[in-house]
Amino acid sequence: MQDEPTPIELTRAVADFLRNEITPMISGHNAFKLRVAINTLDLVTRQLTLEQGGDAAEAARLAQLLGAEGSLIELNRMLADKIAKGEVDLQTRGLAEHLWQTTMDKLAVDQPNYASYRRELGAK
Amino acid sequence: MMEAELERCVASFYPGATGVTGAAKLSGGASQETWSFDIVHPAGTIGAILRRAPKGYGASPTRAAGLDAEARLMQLTHDAGLPSPRVLHVLGPADELGTGFIMQRVEGETIARKILRDAQFAKARPVLARQLGQVAAGIHALPLAQLPKLRRSTATDEISELEREYRSFDWPRPVFELALRWLRGHDPGPPDRITLVHGDFRHGNLIIGPDGLRAVLDWELAHLGDAMEDLGWVCVNSWRFGEIDKPVGGFGSREELFAGYEAAGGRVDPERVKFFEVMGTLRWGVMCCGMMQRFRVGPDHSMERAMIGRRASETEIDLLRLLAPREK
Repeated sequence: MQDEPTPIELTRAVADFLRNEITPMISGHNAFKLRVAINTLDLVTRQLTLEQGGDAAEAARLAQLLGAEGSLIELNRMLADKIAKGEVDLQTRGLAEHLWQTTMDKLAVDQPNYASYRRELGAK
Repeated sequence: MMEAELERCVASFYPGATGVTGAAKLSGGASQETWSFDIVHPAGTIGAILRRAPKGYGASPTRAAGLDAEARLMQLTHDAGLPSPRVLHVLGPADELGTGFIMQRVEGETIARKILRDAQFAKARPVLARQLGQVAAGIHALPLAQLPKLRRSTATDEISELEREYRSFDWPRPVFELALRWLRGHDPGPPDRITLVHGDFRHGNLIIGPDGLRAVLDWELAHLGDAMEDLGWVCVNSWRFGEIDKPVGGFGSREELFAGYEAAGGRVDPERVKFFEVMGTLRWGVMCCGMMQRFRVGPDHSMERAMIGRRASETEIDLLRLLAPREK
């Protein structure tokens, strides 16, 4: 068992340091790169926070949808394959809901400020 | 050193030019560079842009039209009275600057966030969608006989190409699979009339001034095909920069775009435009995945490239909004 602080606490501390202490000191192209760096750390923090719960729910939905067991990537390969072959489609019970939920969970990590995501979050 | 090389080149094609100043590299990848510089002339300074592949980078990727074709298309567009830079010179071997061309520099903005938010563009925004429609119709009406040699691509070819590229990543994306199925099921087939297609008609390649559209740039992806592809691509949500209720570049409506297109003599097929909007959304998603691959295996190990890989999911939500909209 690894000791504390947790990876989430560490990435958050580094991002906060860069945001609050270093950003005011940097200009030009490096300021742009610094912003990308901070965004990257923020993404990692969100993933560390949300990934476990999202993955578990996704795996449960996939197992139900496919009637099969396997790792998350295996189940996703299976689903991709079935969609490609036309064996499941938007008329298949639960598919649209599954794709929507999975995609919303991805956006929550990748780009929570993306306008389409915010709109769908509000519409729900 | 670049200024000396440019000076020698400019002297060969621009009578009366006395020198070159302010040479600055605007962007540069491994295979293509853009430089800005000023030509000094007794009658006044002329702003110029060099777009080139440096010596030793002759071959362009298979999808690229090639710099000579780009120059020809830009000149044809300019000569047809459409907003386009004038081509000043096409590089030859004697110039020793690689392959490419020099064009007139058009002042204005290409950065979408500024165009969509800055006060100086407030009068341009309401007229841009219609202008884009008019200009697209002009481009699509350029006589085929005058065009340089270009690849020809149908919707069917494009779907296969997208699928091949997506499969090469070997990473399952059920939403992309759904989009590929949809595209195959809705392939409109070849158009009645094959036209010139710009291929990358969107923010970044359009110079905008306070008065509106000033120039169309970057013919790298030009090809022969379905004119509706350009109208669909400009509506892809990825180019709306948050203004998601204004499908044309975040500044206008499809109706305005279509009205401008038809006023300039074009015929719009909204179903085909929708098809190409879906295809364009998937294409941008596949391109995001491609950037992530190049980050992983290629020489460009930058954070920016890595983070673009995490934008593929934006196209997944946009594809779902197009193909499986939820009850409101």
